[in-house]
Amino acid sequence: MNSRSLQTTIIFLVVGGILALALGGFFGSASRQFSSVLIEVQTWISSRFLGIQDFVTAPRDIVSLRTRNAQLETQVSQLQAQVIELQQLTSETERLAALVDFASSKAENTYKAASVIGRDPSPFLHYIIINRGSNANIRRGMPVVTNQGLVGRVDAVIADAARVQLITDPASAVNAVLQNADTSATALGSVTGDISLDLISQDVTVESGDLVLTSGLGGGYPSDIMIGQVVTVRSLEFELFQQATIQPAVDFSRLSIVLVITNFRSVDISPLEPLAIP
Amino acid sequence: MRNLVAFPLLGLAVILQSAVFSQIKLLSGYADLPLILLASWALQERVKSAWHWAILGCAMLAFVSSMPWPVLIIGYLAVIFVAQALQKRVWQAPLLAMFSVTFIGTLFIHLLSFAGLTVLGTPFSFGDVIGSITLPSLLLNLLFSIPIYAIMRDLARWVYPIEEFE
Repeated sequence: MNSRSLQTTIIFLVVGGILALALGGFFGSASRQFSSVLIEVQTWISSRFLGIQDFVTAPRDIVSLRTRNAQLETQVSQLQAQVIELQQLTSETERLAALVDFASSKAENTYKAASVIGRDPSPFLHYIIINRGSNANIRRGMPVVTNQGLVGRVDAVIADAARVQLITDPASAVNAVLQNADTSATALGSVTGDISLDLISQDVTVESGDLVLTSGLGGGYPSDIMIGQVVTVRSLEFELFQQATIQPAVDFSRLSIVLVITNFRSVDISPLEPLAIP
Repeated sequence: MRNLVAFPLLGLAVILQSAVFSQIKLLSGYADLPLILLASWALQERVKSAWHWAILGCAMLAFVSSMPWPVLIIGYLAVIFVAQALQKRVWQAPLLAMFSVTFIGTLFIHLLSFAGLTVLGTPFSFGDVIGSITLPSLLLNLLFSIPIYAIMRDLARWVYPIEEFE
């Protein structure tokens, strides 16, 4: 063994011995101070490294986060659109279910459902346009209803559409009956869309809340279809008849689906009406 | 040839009137899109086809509306007449002319509708018509007249290019 090898061996033994003694706890305080210095240095270096690493990698994270955020926002907007669509479907299904319930409760009638696709361009007239016409066996004069009550009557028909005169139209007059008072009257439309009840006999007592139904007189409408409820009554002694205002059963501003009673044929009684004598 | 744009444009106007504008109510009144469109078209200096457009518009409206067709024909042709008369006199203030035609046209058509329907036996209260229909419709027509005038001015430039005009 030459002197160099011997020197290396001695260094190894000394260092190994020191380590063994340190591990054995023989250098207690000295080793603690040493290790604490090491830890502090490592902490300092580590913290600086992490800082630099954050600085270098953070922009990449923001980009990826922004991308992810955009994806999620897109997904959220898609889901919101789906929610709105489903809500619309749900409400339409509810309306259709109500109409089906109504149709099955009046089994004697045959119904054809139609969507409201427009209204009369003139504000003077209260008409709606529906998407069923003569191709669906819709004919002029057929009554139109919803599950809530009477809507009106078919006024004009083309192949795939029809125009319906609402009972709120100023030219509309429906023969009605007051259910509680059991007396007939006439429901009249107006330019403002309100419905009034006229030609009520002075002999009967009409109260707020009384139900107004179609009487079927005149052959224009089937009987016993709900028109609305009496709101106010005007009765003056010097007048021949009483008048009342009606809250319509149908919300005419939100009409979207209606039912046409296709097995009802209106009767034209005009030839039977007496002519005015000049 | 470009005048044929009247068919899709007026068709669209009548559809929009029936499906959209008639739902945007102020009391019981609503804007009259075909009226504003025809008035603003007739007020364009280069336009020579205003009468044709008016007759076409009336035909389309008569198809959809339950209003008696003489009321529509007389009413809308009168609007074109007023617009062309004003266009020659108030040519330096087109918006003033537009407002004037819209104002006069709305009042005239409503008066004519009132008279026509009353003659045919529909009972109307004049106070209700003025308060619930005519005044709100007038306000809405005046509001919509500004953007529609701008659109129709651009359309007139497209239908009647300057080279062709000169």
